[in-house]
Amino acid sequence: MSTAVEAATRAAAQPTAARRRRLRRLVRRGPFYLLLALIFVYIVFPFYWAIRSAFTPDEDLFRTPVQYFPEHPTLGNFREVLSTSDFQRALINSTIIAGTVTAIALVVGSLAGYALGRFRFRGRSVSLYLMLSMTIFPQIAILGALYTMITRFHLYNSLRALILSDLVLVIPLTVWILTTFMRALPPDLEEAAYIDGASPFQVFYKVMLPLVAPGLVTAGLLAFITTWNEFLYALSFTQTPDKHTVTVAITTFTGKSGSTFQVPWGQIMAATVIVTLPLIVLTLILQRRILAGLTAGAVKG
Amino acid sequence: MAEIAFEDVTKVYDGGTLAVEDLTLEIEDGEFMVLVGPSGCGKTTALRMVAGLEEISEGEIRIGDRVVNELTPKERDIAMVFQNYALYPHMTVEKNLAFGLALRKLPKEEIRDRVHRAARTLEIEEFLKRKPRALSGGQRQRVAMGRAIVREPQAFLMDEPLSNLDAQLRVQMRVEIHQLQRRLGVTTIYVTHDQVEAMTMGDRVAVMSEGRLQQVDHPEVLYRKPVNEFVAGFIGSPSINLVESRLERRDGGLEVEFGEHRLAVDDQLAGNISGLERYVGKDVVVGIRPEAFEDASLGSQAPPGRRLDATCDRTEPLGSEVLAYFTVKARSILPSAEGADAVYLGEAGEEASEPLARLVARVDSRTKIAEGSPMTLAVDTSRLYFFDPTTKGAV
Amino acid sequence: MLAPALILVGIVALYPLGKTIQQSFTNQQFLAGIEPTKYVGLANYRKLIHDELFRDAAWVTVKFTVITVAFEFVLGLIIALVVNSSFRGRGVMRAVMLVPWAIPTVVCAQMWRWMYDDVFGVFNDALVRIHVIDHNVAWISEPKTALAAVCAVDIWKTTPFVALLLLAGLQVIPRDLYEAADVDGASQWRQFWRITFPLLRPAILVALIFRTLDALRVFDVFFVFFGSRVDTQTMAVYNQNQIVTIGDVGYGSAVSVGIFLIIAMFVVIYVSVIRVEQQ
Repeated sequence: MSTAVEAATRAAAQPTAARRRRLRRLVRRGPFYLLLALIFVYIVFPFYWAIRSAFTPDEDLFRTPVQYFPEHPTLGNFREVLSTSDFQRALINSTIIAGTVTAIALVVGSLAGYALGRFRFRGRSVSLYLMLSMTIFPQIAILGALYTMITRFHLYNSLRALILSDLVLVIPLTVWILTTFMRALPPDLEEAAYIDGASPFQVFYKVMLPLVAPGLVTAGLLAFITTWNEFLYALSFTQTPDKHTVTVAITTFTGKSGSTFQVPWGQIMAATVIVTLPLIVLTLILQRRILAGLTAGAVKG
Repeated sequence: MAEIAFEDVTKVYDGGTLAVEDLTLEIEDGEFMVLVGPSGCGKTTALRMVAGLEEISEGEIRIGDRVVNELTPKERDIAMVFQNYALYPHMTVEKNLAFGLALRKLPKEEIRDRVHRAARTLEIEEFLKRKPRALSGGQRQRVAMGRAIVREPQAFLMDEPLSNLDAQLRVQMRVEIHQLQRRLGVTTIYVTHDQVEAMTMGDRVAVMSEGRLQQVDHPEVLYRKPVNEFVAGFIGSPSINLVESRLERRDGGLEVEFGEHRLAVDDQLAGNISGLERYVGKDVVVGIRPEAFEDASLGSQAPPGRRLDATCDRTEPLGSEVLAYFTVKARSILPSAEGADAVYLGEAGEEASEPLARLVARVDSRTKIAEGSPMTLAVDTSRLYFFDPTTKGAV
Repeated sequence: MLAPALILVGIVALYPLGKTIQQSFTNQQFLAGIEPTKYVGLANYRKLIHDELFRDAAWVTVKFTVITVAFEFVLGLIIALVVNSSFRGRGVMRAVMLVPWAIPTVVCAQMWRWMYDDVFGVFNDALVRIHVIDHNVAWISEPKTALAAVCAVDIWKTTPFVALLLLAGLQVIPRDLYEAADVDGASQWRQFWRITFPLLRPAILVALIFRTLDALRVFDVFFVFFGSRVDTQTMAVYNQNQIVTIGDVGYGSAVSVGIFLIIAMFVVIYVSVIRVEQQ
């Protein structure tokens, strides 16, 4: 107890010295922190502007001079957006599509990743390079083929069409990530499992899969984000608003306020906030995982 | 419980590498057989072929009376202990031990029974609920052994299980494994590169080099009657001293060159080695184990012909004894197996001018031999080894 | 057991491309069934070579690619270097840097479109206020500023991501190299050129390839900003228009193949550069 009191009094007795030191350090690193702040503002400003616009009522929004801080903040825009059935529908659609695609892509990806990562067979390296090149493939290049497939199966203007198209996009990604993770596991674990009497599927299910759990999370996240943000196919393969995804809905927003022939920017910004908020939270929490998956792909590539 | 037999087993990898060549070996039921040899000699490959983790290119392997070439590891009823333990990191020790049993759908009661019994035998009961990463190397090794024991298999296969442990732990575990195997009586194949482990643990030891079996026998036989230079050099530490020499007949007995020295071959030894006669007047390779030397000043007078004067280059006191290094004007040989080229040890840059052999003697710790000073070594010439210079085989 | 998964993956990877190539040799229409589809040989490709609009679109795309990749790299490198030094809150900074990448591009586009608004946009307001410009500019509609406006959006969205990739590369460089250089008395600038840059080269090349290929296939931003406005189409926009709006799937497929070949050309260039590097 006495030592704590001693330490405290000692600390209190040298405030000026420590403060002076800290101040000096701050001055030296001043330009550094300034740069950091600039970068921060650069990234954050558009978000700030969107949020600010979302909370600004139309009268203040469509007026000059521009208010940098909403003088009469309102929830009106949000209310309008959330009560629009089209937008609600779009949120549901996106969720369904992204969820389904992620689930399927993880199953296929882990099985394929296991095969490519742990077995040696002819054409393995070819397959791996194929997967890698698919991840940088231009979406537009297969638009025509996808369209033909979709119409042939009468899937035009349906969620299933988008699930199919997004799977084409996402599966190479998950396969690549999970192959990398599977490859990193030590081979004697599998051998021990075989000797213990496991069948290949049991080895996969009981030993390998639990051990690549972080890979599954990463791949799942990337799959979800990629599908959620997808625009080209969602635009091309749907026609009616009830089949739109969130990305399409945000670009075709007409809003309920029929009075204006103006673009309902306030509501669009509100929609933006609604859509991006969960993504931002997700990213902030799981940034390490996401980065690990991306750099694994980039570095190995 | 079963015998294991290799019959002309060969393993060739896809690139053409020959890992194991014509291995024929019979292991008796309940025997502790050690496969020993330098890295790359094929011992691990042979073990993995028994386990079913490597394909057999040619030949047959039998466990019990079944030919197992086409069987999966699961069907062979064997258990393996890996060098890196291969414990399932995401499962507790208990689950690790129970895994194989659960896969075979044994009733829960029996699983729990076996797991606890094994845990008690290996003294790991307190770790049952922990995960492998919370255990030390020695503890993990025990869990790995436990996993093999619970299976109650026909045979244990151990792949250098002690190499990752520190020296003292290794010595302790050596004894424990040996005793455990005695108690359980399960046929065991144990792979190691450490010849001390081999000599102390094995009922019989199989020495391998470059894919071929050199010799298989009881440890003492390997020590006393190695079948070629390689086995002589591999068994025994420090390694046997081998030099090129000539055998001459002198004064009614056989004499052998040892660099600039002449050593008289013990008459009884000469009589026992048939075929030694053929080498009289010819080149021969002579081997003297370091322990066949002794400090002449400590014991009784050594007669000339069993004595060697040299300068001690270096000493290594080991506590129980002292290693004395000295040189002799001869060509020393690195022990190799049949067919390999002889390798000469000499100083860098030195060619055919003055061959020098660096040799080692193991003497009692009471010795007064000091670095840089002259010494006299007594040589027990009844413990000489002779090898043919071309075939490398023992005479 | 694994065969079905692999087969599925193979189909997913190869079938669409193969189908596209096949279709490029046909005269297939979007509303098929009206006219039976038949093969027309290389007619589509001949049309493609003479297609002025496609050439313009390709040119726009290339310009966009060069501008954005250049800026993203320089800025990204600077940001990466700044963030690389340790400071409190670095983890937060990294997380923040990842956010622009995570949001849908179209959402970004909408945000920026509002900021660019000619009457109520914040850019016009701020720039006029600090007297950089004297009257509002129609950033998007004005042909002279349109490309710059679009590039700015992509740069904003992607620079942090490039920075993060480079940051990962920077963090692999062992600290003791810098410490040894400090002891040797090398300046910061010297250290950068002699240590950082060479060791970062592989990461730079990889990021460069990915970014270039990404930029060549850009669609979302251009579509949101310009719709089908002719002078600001990218190849992807042009292609999508062909297939969906105009409905000529056969010709559209040929265009797709054309785009693919152009991109493949860039890949070949890059790979050979890497090959030379490795020697």
